[in-house]
Amino acid sequence: MNEVIQPALKAKDYATNQEVRWCPGCGDYAIIKAVQKTMADIGADPANTVFVSGIGCAARFPYYMETFGFHTIHGRAPSFATGIKLVNPDLDVWVVGGDGDGLSIGGNHTMHAIRRNVDITYLLFNNEIYGLTKGQYSPTSRRGTRSPSTPDGSIDSPVNALSFALGANARFVARGIDRRQDHLPGVLARAHSHKGCSFVEVIQNCIVYNDGAFEHFTEKDVKADTQIECVHGELLLFGKDKKRGLRLNHDSLELETVIIGENGITEDDIIVHDETNRTIAGALARMEPPHFPMAIGVLYCDPADQSYEKAVLRQNRAVAEKATTKGDMNALLRRGATWDVAT
Amino acid sequence: MEGGAVAAQSSRHEVTDAVVRFAGDSGDGMQLTGTQFTQATAMAGNDLATFPDFPAEIRAPAGTTYGVSAFQIHFGSKVIRTSGDEIDVLVAMNPAALKTNIDDLRRGGLVILDTGAFTARNLSKAGYETSPLEDKSLEGYRILEIDMSRMTVEAVKDHGLGNKDALRCKNMWALGLIDWLYARDRTINENWLRQKFEKFPEVAEANIAALNAGHAFGETADFPTEFGAAYVAPARIEPGTYRALTGAEGAAMGLVAGAKLAGLPMLFAGYPITPASALLHTLAPLKDFGVTTFQAEDEIAAICAAIGGSYAGALGVTSSSGPGIALKTEALGLAIATELPLVVVNSQRGGPSTGLPTKTEQSDLYQAVYGRNADSPLAVIACHSPGDAYYAAIEACRIAVRYMTPVIFLTDGYIGNASEPWRIPDFEEHTPFPVRFRTDPEGYKVYERNLETLARAWVKPGTPGLLHRIGGIEKDHLTGNISYDPENHQRMTDARRAKILGIAKDIPAQEVDHGQNGGEIAVVGWGSTYGPISRAVSGMRANGHDVSHIHIRHIWPLPENLGELLRSYKTVIVPEMNTGQLVTVLRSEYLVDCKPVNKVNGKPFRIVEIEDAIQAHL
Repeated sequence: MNEVIQPALKAKDYATNQEVRWCPGCGDYAIIKAVQKTMADIGADPANTVFVSGIGCAARFPYYMETFGFHTIHGRAPSFATGIKLVNPDLDVWVVGGDGDGLSIGGNHTMHAIRRNVDITYLLFNNEIYGLTKGQYSPTSRRGTRSPSTPDGSIDSPVNALSFALGANARFVARGIDRRQDHLPGVLARAHSHKGCSFVEVIQNCIVYNDGAFEHFTEKDVKADTQIECVHGELLLFGKDKKRGLRLNHDSLELETVIIGENGITEDDIIVHDETNRTIAGALARMEPPHFPMAIGVLYCDPADQSYEKAVLRQNRAVAEKATTKGDMNALLRRGATWDVAT
Repeated sequence: MEGGAVAAQSSRHEVTDAVVRFAGDSGDGMQLTGTQFTQATAMAGNDLATFPDFPAEIRAPAGTTYGVSAFQIHFGSKVIRTSGDEIDVLVAMNPAALKTNIDDLRRGGLVILDTGAFTARNLSKAGYETSPLEDKSLEGYRILEIDMSRMTVEAVKDHGLGNKDALRCKNMWALGLIDWLYARDRTINENWLRQKFEKFPEVAEANIAALNAGHAFGETADFPTEFGAAYVAPARIEPGTYRALTGAEGAAMGLVAGAKLAGLPMLFAGYPITPASALLHTLAPLKDFGVTTFQAEDEIAAICAAIGGSYAGALGVTSSSGPGIALKTEALGLAIATELPLVVVNSQRGGPSTGLPTKTEQSDLYQAVYGRNADSPLAVIACHSPGDAYYAAIEACRIAVRYMTPVIFLTDGYIGNASEPWRIPDFEEHTPFPVRFRTDPEGYKVYERNLETLARAWVKPGTPGLLHRIGGIEKDHLTGNISYDPENHQRMTDARRAKILGIAKDIPAQEVDHGQNGGEIAVVGWGSTYGPISRAVSGMRANGHDVSHIHIRHIWPLPENLGELLRSYKTVIVPEMNTGQLVTVLRSEYLVDCKPVNKVNGKPFRIVEIEDAIQAHL
């Protein structure tokens, strides 16, 4: 990397010379490609960018990004990122982790980074499985998942990553899919531009331990009918000919899928996506095939006045200005009652 | 008796030192009373040491023995090193306080009782079958029975407080009496009350009325002479400007000073835990000193945020007590592997598990030196008193930034809460140790080491041309890229060990605190046992015994000359408030047959306990 920042860096300029050690065919390859494209699209300054990760397959990400990188410990990446931002809020900090990292061992830190609204971009790669430890079920695995640790099928209900984030009062929630290279970079760019904690779930296929887990909505022949792209200000329509849509049932206060032209349904019945509507975002986050399409894109975006670290530093400055000790160590040491002992 | 401290001095009998313990319900305000008496005593120029001893419950059921909170102060015109083995004056605000503390009163000592609290109900709650005021069980002590409750209510009646609030002023009544007993200037207490209750002037004035009433009671009551007022001359101590300092304040200001001497802002990340929270509370307002405090969601997040802060170019500091340090262990390993500076303060308390949160112990030495997975060396420093906490904290910061390593700074609940008069240093006299971040991209290798310190260069993210990745996976010894090469792991493990052991060349040689190099007996201590060991050794030396005191600050690595020094004594005794931890380290490092002396009852050693241990080896 040259010392001087070249304004016209290409996606490949954000790749390191390190040998990538993900399994051939892993969804992570597609995601890193999308991230590197995004970096080029937004003109990210590598020297001002830090990728922070925990542990897991996804967490190897920083080694492959030609930026600053900190590969930390399992589940704790958001905490390291918080410390980094508190010291240098000007750094562009990305957190990358998997579903086990961010929602199981690190669920607590994910929750608090979100509710504090630390200005980071959190990419949670969800493959519904523990890959690096060889295939155990994860907190996002569907009930009945057979794995080495659940040979007779998992018993417990999964957590929905975006519902979790919204529950923690996230101000930005989005979803992308590894296979949607046409869509994912746009989502990442939006997440990056959001001031505050932006939380992005990226659906990712684990080719070894959970291959095909998402093909019921990612395969070419079904995706049009099973994915809905949420775009602010536009009708929530999906399907090959965009004749299907989402309507709010005013009796149950739940979403339902309808077909325009059937049972008297017109476009007027279809919801216009308002990404500042928290209630609808919650409903969109919960949708799953087969009854609903999978919602992708920016489900919710409603920036706060100020991110956490900026507010902390502002308070620090305000208090410091009023302090009588004015940063003078001798004044601090002598503060309060003192007395002199003469010779 | 005539009032006025100065006029009264001639009629007061002079004592060289005294030990007073205030004891009452945990809601009686005994810690405040003790702290205020400490302030007045410090201002009077006495040397002093305190021992706050309180229950883990915030408000245990009133009147119970387990809800008793006590504050002990030892002060005098001589050098004071401990909070005192025996009490001279016990202020007992209820029967439970009397019951739990009377055994520590010396025979002939004075008990001042609030008879208003000696009701049948309170006597029963304290487990007294008969009243100690009537059953002769207090024979051999001098008893001063005063209905403080009634007199307090009487004194504050013009201030419009309800009976309950009025009674809450009785600790100030007791303070006023003790202020009188030792000729203290209570203006400092009055000023403090006015400041504390700035927004509630009627409360401030009621408390001051109680304080004055207690004082006036002392002046006017016709005491038998043996209860009479005492005079303690100012101590002959080193000239200078002094303040009262707790260990938490000492550590906090030392950390601030250390960051300043390193030229760095500080990110202090903590999570509430007794007795470590005082450090977070003390640092949180110091925003004009480049300190950012962060109350994390848990202990793990706290250390991770601190490491993140160091990674970004600040001095990362985290703080906890044993159970919280246990949670931080994995992250400590990362700081060791990524070779980032970090200061970890452990305010030790009784354990294992939740143990005795408010009681002191020094049983986390193994945890500090050995308590991590794998070969994970780091530096360990222990302070021995509130004032020493300041200097030890600076040293912890120095080692952390110079050697790019985590440093565990051991203090304990006793040091943290205790206070002593402290000669305030001139900050300008400290030697700065400014950090130089690497900014030159030419030939940068992430893990290339400084030949002298073996530390790698510290590079802030945001520095152009120095892009790199670090992490917990073993790294190539130069490039920092992931390396599973067997020879490289051997090399990196050796380098991490050599770096930490090399710190021994950069710390002072171990000195003998009191006594001489070589001889019959060395008493070797660390941490808060300093006071009782020091006093016991100086007492025994005055009686002609060949005993020396060695107190170790640098627990890891140990000073280079320590082995040779220990071998120069026939017997080495190691008193510790644990079941024998430093003693194990010393034996294993030096093959010296050190003799353990151990105590874990949640209280500091008494001088006499150390003396007995020495006596056994004479």
